[in-house]
Amino acid sequence: MSAQWVVYQEDELAIEGEWTLAHFPQLKAAIAHLPAQAGQAREISLENLQAIDTAGAALLVELLGVERVGEIHAWAPSLPAERQALLARIAQAMSSSLAPKPVSEPWWHAMLALLGQQVDALWHQQLQLMGFTGLVVATFARILWHPRRWRLTAIVAHIQQSGFNAVPIVALLTFMVGAVVAFLGATVLRNFGATIYTIDLVAFSFLREFGVLLAAILLAGRTASAFTAQLGSMKANEEIDALRTQGLDPIELLVLPRVMAMLITLPLLTFVGMLSGLAGGAMVASLSLDIALSQFIGTLERDIAVTHFLLGLSKAPVFAFVIALIGCLEGFKVKGSAQSVGEHTTSSVVQSIFMVILLDALAALFFMEMGW
Amino acid sequence: MSDRQTKHKTADQEPVISVRGLVNRFGDNVVHDNLDLDVLPGEILGIVGGSGSGKSVLLRSIVGLKRPDEGCVEVFGQALDSLDSQQRSQMERRFGVLFQRGALFSSLNLQENIALPLIEHARLSRSDAEYLARVKLSLVGLPASAALQSPESLSGGMVKRAALARALALDPDVLFLDEPTAGLDPISAAAFDELLVTLRDALRFSVFLVTHDLDTLYSSCDRVAVISQKRVLAAGTLDEVAATQDDWVQAYFHGPRGRAAQQAASTHHLQE
Ligand SMILES: Nc1ncnc2c1ncn2[C@@H]1O[C@H](COP(=O)(O)OP(=O)(O)OP(=O)(O)O)[C@@H](O)[C@H]1O
Ligand SMILES: [Mg+2]
Repeated sequence: MSAQWVVYQEDELAIEGEWTLAHFPQLKAAIAHLPAQAGQAREISLENLQAIDTAGAALLVELLGVERVGEIHAWAPSLPAERQALLARIAQAMSSSLAPKPVSEPWWHAMLALLGQQVDALWHQQLQLMGFTGLVVATFARILWHPRRWRLTAIVAHIQQSGFNAVPIVALLTFMVGAVVAFLGATVLRNFGATIYTIDLVAFSFLREFGVLLAAILLAGRTASAFTAQLGSMKANEEIDALRTQGLDPIELLVLPRVMAMLITLPLLTFVGMLSGLAGGAMVASLSLDIALSQFIGTLERDIAVTHFLLGLSKAPVFAFVIALIGCLEGFKVKGSAQSVGEHTTSSVVQSIFMVILLDALAALFFMEMGW
Repeated sequence: MSDRQTKHKTADQEPVISVRGLVNRFGDNVVHDNLDLDVLPGEILGIVGGSGSGKSVLLRSIVGLKRPDEGCVEVFGQALDSLDSQQRSQMERRFGVLFQRGALFSSLNLQENIALPLIEHARLSRSDAEYLARVKLSLVGLPASAALQSPESLSGGMVKRAALARALALDPDVLFLDEPTAGLDPISAAAFDELLVTLRDALRFSVFLVTHDLDTLYSSCDRVAVISQKRVLAAGTLDEVAATQDDWVQAYFHGPRGRAAQQAASTHHLQE
């Protein structure tokens, strides 16, 4: 194999060896070593050119110039016709400027712009969420009187996917947290000889807060992401545009069934969460605190008013609505690429968990002030 | 045309791809039943067949994306599934594939899409790879400004061209094209045919060309294989295949479009 790809002597340029992609770096180096005027050499010999592909041809065109290679049939008639054609074709392709317009900006410029963009995006996101909420509510009001358009099948399917299939994980998780809360309570309350209040602790925390909060956070991770990915890939595939052009309303067909399913699902899951949280607490109580199950249930009945249960449950539909809306809205924001589907899925989970916790904190404040 | 055909007519050469007794099923739906096919070195083999006749599935089984239910596929004399992963990767870099729907990487811009195999396989530096990528983009007729665009912002025809540029990135030994000219305007489609022949003549690769475009068949294919009734119904030069006694083949080549394309090809040939 020739180690010299190109030889320049006395205004004569000889091109040798295999000008192929495999030798691209060596070829580039060889060309860089040539004197500047080599490209305008009077004589060019392609006699010893053994192989050439598009990569090699591109380098050759760069070396000799577009015009010269474009007229290759005139000065290298002995080159096989197909190689002439290749070189001429590559020269033609390279005749227009290849470099796309460079985007050069000072770095602080870009940084400021990014900061501005993000603040602006945050603001827009809230606006969009509110607008979307309005749109969904309006659509809901519109179809309320047309039971035929309620899409029961879709609602049931979503209830199965996002609700029924989530029962085991919700139950398991709340059971374990219930046990942990009971342990914590027992450890702290033992110092005051008030171990029996562990029951109240578990009941209060699960009925008012943890039952609904844990279920909502799980659904935010499990279902909001699923909604975003489903709607997002439909958006990327232009399926949503196809629906629109057929005069079908994507809000009615895609968003409402999901929202309704969540409105039904989350209260039910909350109930499951409360029960299994209490069960976790009861297990710890009976196994390590010597509080019998009958005593546990008796204390619950006597001490815990039903308002706590109702307060906890009242938050479930609100959380459900927010989670479903954020999941769907982020799905609609997806643009073409797979990357964008990923970004918006992440964003939908983060946003919905954030909103759930924020609303929960506000609700706790409100309930406290009201003395409920 | 005839002159090119004789030049590449190499009946006794070892085929680059040989498919024997191929059976493909999806559940109860048998797509291929005992299908045989050869692709010879340096030829452009046109694959035609009705929609849903299994052209894309055949392409996928040859490049190893779908494991055949029965039969074997040999590429360069070796069965793909007998190779270990490294040999297989070596083999696969000799392929260039243009998927029916483009399959550009949506998170990369066009230039990066094409530079990716150059960086990964040919081990070029990023700047060299992107430079070559721009040459390829220009070669398939995309403007320089498209290099930084992302795939989602392209028109259907531009996606096809960019996908062709990516298939050509490594100067492959076998090029698989699934309906490359569908969605191109007639002028670009003609330019594509010409480009394909120019590159094939210079680089001597084989082309497995699935197409519904009769003009492409007449202007650039050396041989044609008709897929129908779950197998290769006929394979040979255009004239041989067009003479096959089969209703579908007759309707295909001697229908109004077939005749028009044939006429166009022959007048074009006379003018040359
Ligand atoms: N992943 C898959 N699962 C099930 N069936 C499939 C799958 N891919 C293809 N098929 C079936 O295989 C058959 C052949 O499909 P294929 O995509 O190969 O058609 P084609 O010849 O390429 O058609 P066209 O010209 O429309 O592209 C069709 O009946 C299709 O339904
Ligand atoms: Mg197909």
